[in-house]
Amino acid sequence: MAKDWLKGIKSAYDTIVIGSGLAGLTAANKLAKLGYKVLILEHHYNLGGLATWFKRKGGHILDISLHGFPTGMIKTCRKYWTQEIADSIVRLKNIRFDNPQFSFWTNFDKNDFTRLMKDRFGIVKETIDDFFQTVRAMNFYDDLSMTTRELFEKFFPGRTDVHRLLMEPITYANGSTLDDPAITYGIVFANFMDKGVYTFKGGTNELIKKMKKELLKNGVDIRTHCMVERVVVNDKTVQGVEVQGRMIPAKTVLSNSNILSTIHKLTGDEHFTPEFLDEVKKVRLNDSSCQVYMGLKRGEKIDNVGDLLFTSQEKEFSSASLLEPETTSRTFSFYYPETRPGLNMYSIVASTNARFKDWAHLTRQEYEKKKKLLIDRTLDALEKYVPDVRKKIDHLEASTPVTFKRYTAHPNGVSFGTKFEGLSISKDLPKQIAGLFHAGSVGIIMSGWLGAANYGVIVSNEVDKFLHAVSQPQPELETVSV
Amino acid sequence: MTRDQVRQAILNIISDIAPDEDLGAIKDEEKLRDQFDLDSMDFLDIVMELRKRFNLEVPEKDYQELVSMASSVEYLFPRLKDDELVS
Repeated sequence: MAKDWLKGIKSAYDTIVIGSGLAGLTAANKLAKLGYKVLILEHHYNLGGLATWFKRKGGHILDISLHGFPTGMIKTCRKYWTQEIADSIVRLKNIRFDNPQFSFWTNFDKNDFTRLMKDRFGIVKETIDDFFQTVRAMNFYDDLSMTTRELFEKFFPGRTDVHRLLMEPITYANGSTLDDPAITYGIVFANFMDKGVYTFKGGTNELIKKMKKELLKNGVDIRTHCMVERVVVNDKTVQGVEVQGRMIPAKTVLSNSNILSTIHKLTGDEHFTPEFLDEVKKVRLNDSSCQVYMGLKRGEKIDNVGDLLFTSQEKEFSSASLLEPETTSRTFSFYYPETRPGLNMYSIVASTNARFKDWAHLTRQEYEKKKKLLIDRTLDALEKYVPDVRKKIDHLEASTPVTFKRYTAHPNGVSFGTKFEGLSISKDLPKQIAGLFHAGSVGIIMSGWLGAANYGVIVSNEVDKFLHAVSQPQPELETVSV
Repeated sequence: MTRDQVRQAILNIISDIAPDEDLGAIKDEEKLRDQFDLDSMDFLDIVMELRKRFNLEVPEKDYQELVSMASSVEYLFPRLKDDELVS
């Protein structure tokens, strides 16, 4: 008989969380700490969504999500997780750019960027300060009509080199382009510029292990290998979910699945108003990624060539060329032995932004060939920084948007959620169906490590408000005598 | 609760959310954001704590009332005067 992955669950829950990305996990933890009965259902065998890792023979542990998030993550982890998790966050100081327009190292904060823009790019101090003040002041309620391209042109007209410096890392971080609203750029960039780039000591596997421990301590039930089939809705109100042929009742459902999957696949269009569905149609999915994972032979060493290296042979930055399968624009994440103390191993992960359609419709043979080409090109590029790297590598493999789709179940294997308009759809979901909530990568600003975790908290506030209201004693109805 | 107790209740919440801040020197008339390292997530935490501790719902349109200690007390006192102070 097949294993019953749901064994031991309660008969009903206050909240069922579908999916265990950082938004889902953080919301689950917050709600459990508020005293609610919470169940997490994850289809994969690991928790974490894209904040995940895999192990390979030879002792290799390879991280998926790019290491690198803003300092705000320390506070978020302390407040919504544990002091221990917050204390495991360390700064990455060696951020490196190498492209035909410029080549240098930076610790990626406001002071250093100000220095670079002044000395290397010859921008006057007042303009730089004015730019930083402008992005720092940007918020969600600002004008959306200005694009990032227009923002850059306003402060640094014609300076494609400066545009590249400011944009390229953010594109890798969240898939945004020069044509997205300037506020989505400003909010994310200002967060990074605050105090630089950080990562978890111990790697993603340690982080998720600590988070799981905390969730269990707070009474959250967690079930993996459970693909939710349907959100059960009756009379515009959530009843629970159907999973493995079984209905689990719940007062609220918080989907950490992609917003479009949540609406079309999990819930069903018949439950939404035509006006809402018209708005949903306008939501553009963001792009996906290709990655090449390299595990070095035990005992092999490499010099510190940077923690994050943004490299490209393109003459200028272009959002479109970055997505081409032949792109030379990629990020290398270097994991030195300090990342995972005790393991004493090196690994390197190369990431490029990518489109699903370039990988989805190939024969098995074409797909494998294209993947091999991706690996070869990546190694060629890496040779420049790590000579003879091919000889040092023990494990080598690649993932594509098709791989991302298989493991996340996201449409088109998106690794960056949706464009800006996805955020209001996500927020308005409960107005369509009472008790149905969504938290996940939407709107660019709610994406990435910090954006996803914080969005989980923002939505758990809404869930709490809802559960609080339904648990209040209802005022008695006045009887009308006739 | 008295006005002083409402003020103390808000202080208790902020000190839990931002344990590293020295709240002793708080200036009631000044914006909390200008005095302490508080961001929009911290204000959301204050709203959640008010719900948890005092069963009080602050609607989104009223979030601006929590901008300073003085305005918070002004807004919360009539809503909390029948509650007991809890830490």
